[in-house]
Amino acid sequence: MSKIPLNTPVLDPRIKRVDLESTYGTTAIGENEHWISWEVFHQKKRGDQHVHVGIVHAPDAQLALLFAKEQFGRRLACVNLWVTKSSDIFSFSYDDEDIFDNATAPEKQYREAAGFKVMEKINRYKKSKQKA
Amino acid sequence: MYGGGYIQEEKQEATSQIDDAQKLAEFEARIDRGEKIEPHDWMPADYRKQLIRMIEQHAHSEVIGALPEGTWITRAPGFRRKLALIAKVQDEIGHAHLLYSAAETLGKSREQMINDLLTGKSKYSNVFNYPAKTWADVTVIGFLIDAGAIVNQVANSKGSYGPYCRALERICYEESFHLKQGHDAFITLATGTKAQHDMLQDALNRWWKPIMHFHGPPDKISEHTAKLMRWKVKMATNDDMRNQFLDMYVPKILEIGITIPDPNLKKNEATGQWEFSDPDWDEFKRVINGDGPCNAERLAVRQYVEEHGKWVRTAMMNPNQKVVIPFA
Repeated sequence: MSKIPLNTPVLDPRIKRVDLESTYGTTAIGENEHWISWEVFHQKKRGDQHVHVGIVHAPDAQLALLFAKEQFGRRLACVNLWVTKSSDIFSFSYDDEDIFDNATAPEKQYREAAGFKVMEKINRYKKSKQKA
Repeated sequence: MYGGGYIQEEKQEATSQIDDAQKLAEFEARIDRGEKIEPHDWMPADYRKQLIRMIEQHAHSEVIGALPEGTWITRAPGFRRKLALIAKVQDEIGHAHLLYSAAETLGKSREQMINDLLTGKSKYSNVFNYPAKTWADVTVIGFLIDAGAIVNQVANSKGSYGPYCRALERICYEESFHLKQGHDAFITLATGTKAQHDMLQDALNRWWKPIMHFHGPPDKISEHTAKLMRWKVKMATNDDMRNQFLDMYVPKILEIGITIPDPNLKKNEATGQWEFSDPDWDEFKRVINGDGPCNAERLAVRQYVEEHGKWVRTAMMNPNQKVVIPFA
């Protein structure tokens, strides 16, 4: 046990009451002592999607929900939260990002509303009727 | 809140690993296009290392920053101030949590980070090594230290690392309340009785030096700094952030009859830069290296709390669970 090299007297009455010397210089957090991580999904109001907002550390789902409530349901509107273990998330790699390119490719216009020009055809038809 | 303005630099290791040239070019091109880097992307070793250090120090600053303010919860003047202070301190701990999570995505566990805090290996914002002697100190912290942190955090939220930006966005939202309640308390004391005004002036006189230290010493314009700015890890020089802070807040201090204890403080209108007396960078170095008024007390309190919470954490631990890096 080492002596705390205090440069000024402790001012906080709560801290003065505890025996800080008893733990000084001896504490270490063990591996996994802060538990596993959980991904948190937040729903702002009924009818909205749940959106990923971050993570909490917890030993089980029940406590993960409790911490998620404190951390993510404390300051912003919220009606519901989901948690799932980080290890249960599966995803694509960003290295394969280009596999999504054709979702918005110009040659896929045939499946967009904007890919069909009906007014041109209607106007052409109306014009031909007027001439007749 | 307390985005540690100053990030302790580590000596560059000669053995730092050589990065794949093509991957590096793609990485830099992505940042140039304004795109964010995500946790599982390839990144230069130096980028990862610097970000871990920066986000971790920011997280520690939130935890330690809650101590001088937490001290005053039991003695806050009135119920409304007490409620606001409790909410603010809880926010700060929430910020630490968001930041530790962001740093964890880079591969360092929360346990390792907290151990590095407890042993003094890893730093936190230097201002929290000074004591909060009176309620006016809490007021100066809540207004001006938070203000300094916001300048820093708004800049960093436009950086290149996705998880850090996401955490900062939420942090900045909560900080807006911190700043406003600090400003409100500051004005109340400044425009109150003579005793209140004098107490605030005394606190500001004592805090001015740490406030000038907050954004760190002038940067050496090294190749290393230039690289971090190119990678959008560092978003502005320390001097630029300090200058921006002075621009925004010196008028707000002076307009309510509080003076600043530096006769040389003035803005050079030609250059747009503030000029001021040397804020004693030797003291800054001394304090950051452990010899400040409260360094030992701050770490002793953290150690005490960690030690007394240990039995709960270990009782609930499931030894079969494997730690997994947070996903995003």
